Amino acid sequence: MAAENATPRADRRRWGSTAAAVLVLGVMLFPLYWMLNTALQPEAGLLEVDPVPHRPDLSGFAKALDDQGGHLLTSLVVSLGAVVICLVIAAPAAYGLARFRLRGTRTLVFGTLITQMVPGIVIANALYTSYVDLGLVNSYAGLMLADASLGIPFSIVLMRSFMVSVPAEVIEAAQMDGAGRLRTFLQVVLPMSRNSLITSGLFAFLFAWSDFMFALTLNTTDDVKPITLGIYQYIGAHVGDWGSVMAASVLSAIPAAILLVLAQKYIAAGITGGSVK
Amino acid sequence: MTTSTVTASGAVPEAGAPVPGRLRRRLARWGFVAPAVLFMLLFFGYPLVRNVVMSFQHYTPETFFTGEAPLNGFDNWSTVFQDDVFGKALWHTLVFTAGSLLGQFCIGLALAVFFTRKFPLNGVLRSLILLPWLVPMVVSGIVWRRILDQDTGVLNSFLDTLGLGGHTPWLTDPHMALLSVILVNIWIGIPFNMVILYGGLQEVPRELYEAAALDGASAWRTFRSITLPVLRPVITVVLVLGFMSTVKILDLILALTDGGPADATQTLGTLTYQNSFVRLDFGAGAVVGNVLILISAVFAVFYLRANRTEGK
Repeated sequence: MAAENATPRADRRRWGSTAAAVLVLGVMLFPLYWMLNTALQPEAGLLEVDPVPHRPDLSGFAKALDDQGGHLLTSLVVSLGAVVICLVIAAPAAYGLARFRLRGTRTLVFGTLITQMVPGIVIANALYTSYVDLGLVNSYAGLMLADASLGIPFSIVLMRSFMVSVPAEVIEAAQMDGAGRLRTFLQVVLPMSRNSLITSGLFAFLFAWSDFMFALTLNTTDDVKPITLGIYQYIGAHVGDWGSVMAASVLSAIPAAILLVLAQKYIAAGITGGSVK
Repeated sequence: MTTSTVTASGAVPEAGAPVPGRLRRRLARWGFVAPAVLFMLLFFGYPLVRNVVMSFQHYTPETFFTGEAPLNGFDNWSTVFQDDVFGKALWHTLVFTAGSLLGQFCIGLALAVFFTRKFPLNGVLRSLILLPWLVPMVVSGIVWRRILDQDTGVLNSFLDTLGLGGHTPWLTDPHMALLSVILVNIWIGIPFNMVILYGGLQEVPRELYEAAALDGASAWRTFRSITLPVLRPVITVVLVLGFMSTVKILDLILALTDGGPADATQTLGTLTYQNSFVRLDFGAGAVVGNVLILISAVFAVFYLRANRTEGK
């Protein structure tokens, strides 16, 4: 290996690979660049935008914030709500399925996997009629619950695979000390499963944040309008104003970006924890 | 990522206890699982059943005021099946799914293999490819809609500069639109395929490659006889998950074309949506939704059967 490193030809070949990878990356990331580029040239309107923003103009962002800021907030509230619902429901279930010898554990885990197959639009179709009866259309609670359904099966599977590896001695020791099942779970198991909890929460957030279908189908007014729906309706109403539409699109990616940067460590840890079994 | 966990079960055996205590304990244990079971029954089980019932009911826009949706036998079914759009949507769904999976998988695999080489900045570049994940799918669709615009989109002006035409009506020509939508979906799926397949490639034992090199096997032969067989379970996972998310696609198509032009990109997902939420004929929407479920279920059966004969 070391000898190979030293030869200039091998070196050149390796940098050639880097160049090829940069090229691939350029093609893959071009749409994101173009989104940002268009957002910075709001005066271009329907005309062709320059390949590079020579004089970056932030007025598109100002307008987007003005028009869509409330929807960003709605997205944030709905997504956080969905995360809470998701974790509160999925974490105990994951523990139960990992620890207790319940009759039908396999069926339940299998059922959890099968839910991933059910098309969202079918769920929305049936859910809408029930939501009308329950008064949950155009409500925060209704959308949070629906969005939580996007993360719950994933979270159960992920956290369960993690909680299986919590040593039985630790749990037995806690129970020896007189802790009940619930206290053991809350004070021993949850802290030990922190990484998988954060990972699940993160993915649940991303699923809810990028949800468009439930937002589109379970809302008939403007009361609860997340950013995805906001942008979709924006292009209908502002055909000529691509600068603002793209600025809103950039804004819609920011919370996810911040989260991923902040929690990178936990994601990596959680994913390896989840995939190694 | 999450499929290898189905069989492991680390249950703690409980010592025998007098009956009332045991019952209480069992209830307490079920208490942990019950909320999740209830939630999944409500949000996954109930919609499945309800959709079947709804497909035999007559829904009109007034239904939601009067609450009346009388049973109407197979009316919805025959109306949907006699409509030309249904056949088109079914065909488009199959073409869209097959085309997307083929493109995503082949390019994703090629990139995964490429990134197993050692070169400077490999790790950074590999993780940067995941950046498109940050953007909600419907937003990606809107960005692409701008890029693919016939007159002012950047793709056409780029092709124009190269002298390659540059007036392609990517999304507005009924003969082009489905292909364009597939291409965008391939772009969306490449990072996922690449990441999972790359992870799988890391599991291939180095000694196998070294042995193959000693035997003088060609690169292609090595790939076919060593890499692919070891990668097989991961390939199955990628394709199954890809199928599940592609066959029910809705966001992307609504953002790009709204199912048009002239139903050229109408799929079972968009048709369900339009029947139910645009025309407010939830009965017809339920029929199309049931067909969508049926396709997924048939696929799942094949998958499970293949899995059983393959493993153990």
